[in-house]
Amino acid sequence: MQAPATLTKEQCYEQLLHGKPIDTDGWLEAIRTEAQYRAQALNFPAERHDDWRLTDLSSLFQHTFKPVDSLAQLSLADIENFLIPESIRLVIVDGCYAAKLSDRRLSSSGVTVSSLVERVNDSKIERNFSRLAQFEQDAFAALNTRFFEDGAFVHIASEVNKPIHILNIATKREAASAIYPRCLVVVEPNSRATLIEEYAGLHDGINFTNAVTEVVLKDHARLHHVRVQREEKSSFHIGNCSVEAAKGSVYDSTALAFGGRVSRHNLHVTLKEEGAEATLNGLALIAGRQIADTHTKIDHAAPGCKSNQLHKCIADGSAHAIFSGKIMVHIGASGTDSVQSSRNLLLSGKAHIDAQPQLEIFNDDVSCKHGATIGQIDADALFFLKSRGLTEERARNLLTHAFAAEIIDKVPVPFLVESLSKTILDERMKGIV
Amino acid sequence: MINKDSRIVLEVKNLKAVVAGVEILKGVDLTVRAGEVHAIMGVNGSGKSTLSKVLAGHPDYTVTGGTAMFEGKDLFTLEPEERARAGLFLAFQYPVEIPGVSNSALLRLAYNTLQNERGLEELDPLEFDDLVQEKIKVVEMDPSFLNRSVNEGFSGGEKKRNEILQMAILEPKLAILDETDSGLDIDALRIVANGVNSLLSPDNAVVMVTHYQRLLNYIVPDFVHVMSAGRIVKTGGKELALELEARGYDWLKEAA
Repeated sequence: MQAPATLTKEQCYEQLLHGKPIDTDGWLEAIRTEAQYRAQALNFPAERHDDWRLTDLSSLFQHTFKPVDSLAQLSLADIENFLIPESIRLVIVDGCYAAKLSDRRLSSSGVTVSSLVERVNDSKIERNFSRLAQFEQDAFAALNTRFFEDGAFVHIASEVNKPIHILNIATKREAASAIYPRCLVVVEPNSRATLIEEYAGLHDGINFTNAVTEVVLKDHARLHHVRVQREEKSSFHIGNCSVEAAKGSVYDSTALAFGGRVSRHNLHVTLKEEGAEATLNGLALIAGRQIADTHTKIDHAAPGCKSNQLHKCIADGSAHAIFSGKIMVHIGASGTDSVQSSRNLLLSGKAHIDAQPQLEIFNDDVSCKHGATIGQIDADALFFLKSRGLTEERARNLLTHAFAAEIIDKVPVPFLVESLSKTILDERMKGIV
Repeated sequence: MINKDSRIVLEVKNLKAVVAGVEILKGVDLTVRAGEVHAIMGVNGSGKSTLSKVLAGHPDYTVTGGTAMFEGKDLFTLEPEERARAGLFLAFQYPVEIPGVSNSALLRLAYNTLQNERGLEELDPLEFDDLVQEKIKVVEMDPSFLNRSVNEGFSGGEKKRNEILQMAILEPKLAILDETDSGLDIDALRIVANGVNSLLSPDNAVVMVTHYQRLLNYIVPDFVHVMSAGRIVKTGGKELALELEARGYDWLKEAA
């Protein structure tokens, strides 16, 4: 199933362009056509591309990714490890909406969680779709917009108490597959919710997940957006998320990356109107030959906005973690308050972490702080734990987990915090992560 | 309690150790029998804290000579965790904060590791909670501290009480208390001392490393040793501590 390594970058891209044509009509067809045009004009990022130069995609180019031909028939038992009790669940399997595995919620209760394609005539989708995730210069976004089969539409018009769980499952197929999850989230004024966007794989498949998510926060809306990427360690994952925050709205992000041979998460938050706030917490915990890249950008485009970011990378084995976080304070964004911190833990002599906090300020009257640290397991803490009888390995794993827990604990769903923590500790004990 | 016939828990002979290339211990001899309480006193830099760290296996210290037998085992062939499992406990002078690891989780992990070692059943979180609720009374600690990260945001006194709670859970054969009294106000000192006293038995032993005689009013030693320049230069009963309080250490330096 694995193509020979002689495949070139161009051939790999060409193969992706031969995706499965998706029939749509109306407004979406026009966007797809435009995306097709852009996808053909673009290519994978050049190696010297400033935003990509640290990200080694060469292992991606060694595979031929075929379109997903049919919906894999999964039962709830197949995905039981990922289920979150008391949540509103929507399951996407290989980029296709799995109605049987999903709850159906309609707008009567102030929350809609549905297939994107089924509700394509909803004016809220038409108004917002592909508005934030622009594909003119982004081949991945263009490919997703051209080839996404279905996705999730989440509309929040009340205070939703149950977490909304969008579970994207990639299965193992005959051929390595290109999968295009898509998600559009609209949070109406004064509404609030917790959204868990999860990417997971089954049975060691080699897939290429290329996801696009757009989040629109209206005035004084609040969203806690949890992103969990725990794909198979053989998979590839590129995720683009674009967020727009209107007046007084609050966007809280907790993004966790554990899986993937190569994974990349681009998170772009625009604090568009006065008093909007964003908190971005991120964690990449990787080992072996994994590469995990997080690129974030926060645009302070209006006065009186706040942003607070804490990103952590933990790299073991010969893994390579990358964090690049740009904060841009635009002209007129007076009273900006921004804190950015990048903290990193190297667990092996062969692991590698790049951390690039960046501030660009075009305005006076702002308070911006940023910093980065990189270190190893604390020797005193290690000795303390050993002196209490813990083996070196156990003590190191406990301290590694503790470093990660500061981020994981921010997930406002205790069940998920516990299951993720357990998975991490178990996997580390087995030497997987 | 001195009983000349009780078993030897720790026997240190001519112990020498270096840190960062500097010799700190220059031939320490110390024998501790079950049931005994020893105090090791001395000025800063005399080597008393180094002795406790060397015995616990701190990686910064290198043993360059001598032997230490603990419960019949050659201590210096054991990793720090093996020493702990064999029943050695060090109460740290500066307990480390470990954000992200809850106190109760650490206690249970440590306890179950020892249970395993002893061939006994591990306790699940509920069973363990019963045990820890009982033990926590020993140090008069608020149970809310169990759910907090290890030592994070604890006051000096709370950290030291937490060390003694760990000792109460792990029930060591030999507890080395490294300046456990430093930074304690009188109430905290009394609580910590009561905790230690309640854990003493004819089967275990305590070595206290301290600057001050004050602690010894609460935990009464059978032996007081004075360290100077990396050696034990004088050994006596509890009255030696009072003499040190009155006369200082200088007269012993001359004797050494």
